[in-house]
Amino acid sequence: MPWRLLRFALNKKHPEPRMFTFHEKLKPSYDVVIIGAGGHGLAAAYYLAKEHGVTNVCVLEKGYIGGGNTGRNTTIIRSNYLTPEGVQFYDESVKLWQDLSTDFDLNLFYANRGHFTLAHTDSALRTMRWRAEVNKHYGVNSEVVGPEVVKEAAPMIDLSCAGHAPILGALYHAPGSVARHDAVAWGYGRGADQRGVEIHQQTEVLGIDVQAGKVKGVKTSRGYISTGKVLCAVAGSTPRILKMVDVKTPIYIHPLQAMVSEPIKPWLDPILVSGSLHVYISQSARGELVMGASLDPYELHGTRSTLDFVEGLSTHMLEMFPFLSGVKVMRQWAGMADMTPDFAPVMGKTPVEGFYLDSGWGTWGFKATPVCGKTMAHTLVNDTPHPLITGFSMDRFRNYALTGEKGAASVGH
Amino acid sequence: MKILTCPLNGPRPVSEFFYWGEVRPMPNPNLASDDEWADYVFNRNGAPGVKKEWWCHTPSNTWFIAERDTEKDVVLKTYFYQGEE
Repeated sequence: MPWRLLRFALNKKHPEPRMFTFHEKLKPSYDVVIIGAGGHGLAAAYYLAKEHGVTNVCVLEKGYIGGGNTGRNTTIIRSNYLTPEGVQFYDESVKLWQDLSTDFDLNLFYANRGHFTLAHTDSALRTMRWRAEVNKHYGVNSEVVGPEVVKEAAPMIDLSCAGHAPILGALYHAPGSVARHDAVAWGYGRGADQRGVEIHQQTEVLGIDVQAGKVKGVKTSRGYISTGKVLCAVAGSTPRILKMVDVKTPIYIHPLQAMVSEPIKPWLDPILVSGSLHVYISQSARGELVMGASLDPYELHGTRSTLDFVEGLSTHMLEMFPFLSGVKVMRQWAGMADMTPDFAPVMGKTPVEGFYLDSGWGTWGFKATPVCGKTMAHTLVNDTPHPLITGFSMDRFRNYALTGEKGAASVGH
Repeated sequence: MKILTCPLNGPRPVSEFFYWGEVRPMPNPNLASDDEWADYVFNRNGAPGVKKEWWCHTPSNTWFIAERDTEKDVVLKTYFYQGEE
């Protein structure tokens, strides 16, 4: 075995198949430059190549593929949102998700689990009813269920939540699923790579060349590239890039933390979310409990995690599942969430010609990966926003026409 | 636990404080155009840097300004609001 490895190490041509092609140099120009090799950026590259035949595309990544929020989320996929714009958009995404493993020929471990959003108060139950009715109207499978259904799906739950936040009911969303997040970035990346798209990791964008209101090129840590079209898909780094092109938006950055427990025997099939207790939890295929809470309370451009978070989340976890008191927390981390005032994304064209945004994905970006890629590829090619994203344009703030998406994760309503 | 220095109560755990965003001068609502007003209401300086921010020590309801590096999460100084500069 070591000899075999050594042979590959010495052979410059690497006969062993690689997931991604390594490119020594950047080309002097590309038709499209995508900033950010996370799920969203790579999905846009994939659909540009696959559906529009645009392959002279370069994806620039400061770190490594899928190392940002793509690899930091809690992998939940659902479409039980509240606004018509949100429901239609995320429903399209869920449909795309279901075929992705076949599309990529890569196992994404897409697992349909069912998703409960717990209601602990009358007003929460009323919102659940509202969401269920909007969902049903658009053909999305959601319904309000009683506490007995929750108990049947998760028998270990304490329905009284330690006596002070009894569960009155839940919004049940049968299509709710989880998928392996790294594989999503790899699948899109490999698909794009095979079709001729260049992915350049360890390449930082230092500036964007804008002349007379038009994009002319991108300055990177490995040289200058000329291009007429740039897509910015960098989640928590969006304000840094926007500063380079002098575009103002309401986007602000707060960290969102998450943690996993040690692996334990499978006991939790569905995904459970409690807005009141600030807990969401699912069990991964490896048996780890994947848990999240709510957004950190103040702006920060970093990914440090805190003990406060683990203490707070664990307290609420134990109210729902007292039997977990002996389970150890194995890892914790944070991602930088690009938040918007109405909890809806900012997508499409900008005042700078040739500069396109896929941002404002805050705490709700992973589930939208496929549909964002698809709609942004369409927007880049046609230079007009895809019909599914017109409600997410940045003009909505100037026109006081906010979307008001109250179905988003990890934010209080 | 992170410690923040309240100008009235001295160093206290950050969980006792409430963050209210960057200090931003309000344009005159009677004179501002719709675009200027929308810019004030919605747009934010989202890029990292040293920012002057409103914070409140909630047990004593003390509002004050903190100058903080939002990339390193280091508070440079805290003081009471002295009016618009």
